[in-house]
Amino acid sequence: MTPVAGARIAVLGTTLLGLAVMAFVTSRAEIALDQRRSSYEDMSHDTKAMQDDDLTNPAMLSVLDGEALWTAKAGASGKSCADCHGDAKASMKGVAARYPALDAATGRPVNLEQRINLSRERDQKAAPFRYESAEMLALTAYIALQSRGQPIDPPKDERLAPFREKGRALFEQRIGQLNLSCAQCHDDNWGKSLAGNLIPQAHPTGYPIYRLEWQSLGSLQRRLRNCMTGVRAEPFAFGALEYVELELFLMWRARRMTMESPGVRP
Amino acid sequence: MAAPARTLINVPQKAKRGDVILIRSLISHVMENGFRIDNTGKPIPRNIITSLVCTYNGTEIFNATLHPAISANPFITFHTVATESGTIAFKWTGDNGFQAEASAQITVE
Repeated sequence: MTPVAGARIAVLGTTLLGLAVMAFVTSRAEIALDQRRSSYEDMSHDTKAMQDDDLTNPAMLSVLDGEALWTAKAGASGKSCADCHGDAKASMKGVAARYPALDAATGRPVNLEQRINLSRERDQKAAPFRYESAEMLALTAYIALQSRGQPIDPPKDERLAPFREKGRALFEQRIGQLNLSCAQCHDDNWGKSLAGNLIPQAHPTGYPIYRLEWQSLGSLQRRLRNCMTGVRAEPFAFGALEYVELELFLMWRARRMTMESPGVRP
Repeated sequence: MAAPARTLINVPQKAKRGDVILIRSLISHVMENGFRIDNTGKPIPRNIITSLVCTYNGTEIFNATLHPAISANPFITFHTVATESGTIAFKWTGDNGFQAEASAQITVE
């Protein structure tokens, strides 16, 4: 971590502490469906313009890599994604809007990244991509792009319900040295400032996102780690079930909102 | 990824002679500034794009020298005057022998 980032987190910490006190006074609880807004709406004119134009959105550079990966043969099977799934523009339309979904073989929810790796291991007989690797981000960005403009549509599978409820419990559970839950910021205090930044409602409408602060593409789990270290909690390992449960809850919380992937965020 | 750099360039396909046109270019590059250290305290060597040259039918119309303070995936945009039909070509060069090229056609009526 750079010294600047360290200092920033220290400032963030102090402000979070102030918020924790404030949260007792102003609890708004769950956001009404018609009150929900993508953090896109709160971005500057320039950042919005960057996302809106595929020739200025830096995530589109990774999408080009993802498109190449889609048709690249991989693993012992010698098959590419396209060999089974055909044209992603048709076969992957709306897929990212439905994830995380249940993996029937293990009875557990899997997110889009894990689904890609399951296909690589089971069908392509290829080595899985590492979380946050350029390849994984590129392929998820390419697949998620095919859902752009579609409403988020979590699966209705009842077997997912207990996992989603665990995700909700995690969202509402106080964690870290600052003893804050996700809900205390993103349900109760959205729209207010945190160290000069606006607190968003935290709807995962644009993942993977190109974050200007990161100067790269990143997954929703990277973003969740960000918040966890912000409240000085120990983040889960990438791919942990807890994160997937949280993703499941967040996608349900953002149901019917419009997918923007790949989004740009400050 | 060891894959070649990805580029996205935007040049109007058609323009009237004498029109002022907007040229936009985006290229994938980490732009590692050389001032950072890794987890073990070792400095991460500088790895940036150092120059962009743009030519219009072989004539240089724009060049830029890039420095470490420029963020990853540099987006460079400028205006020029549409003079004749032909090719607008971009060439980026940088540290560690980095090279990338891209071009677009324009029809001037």
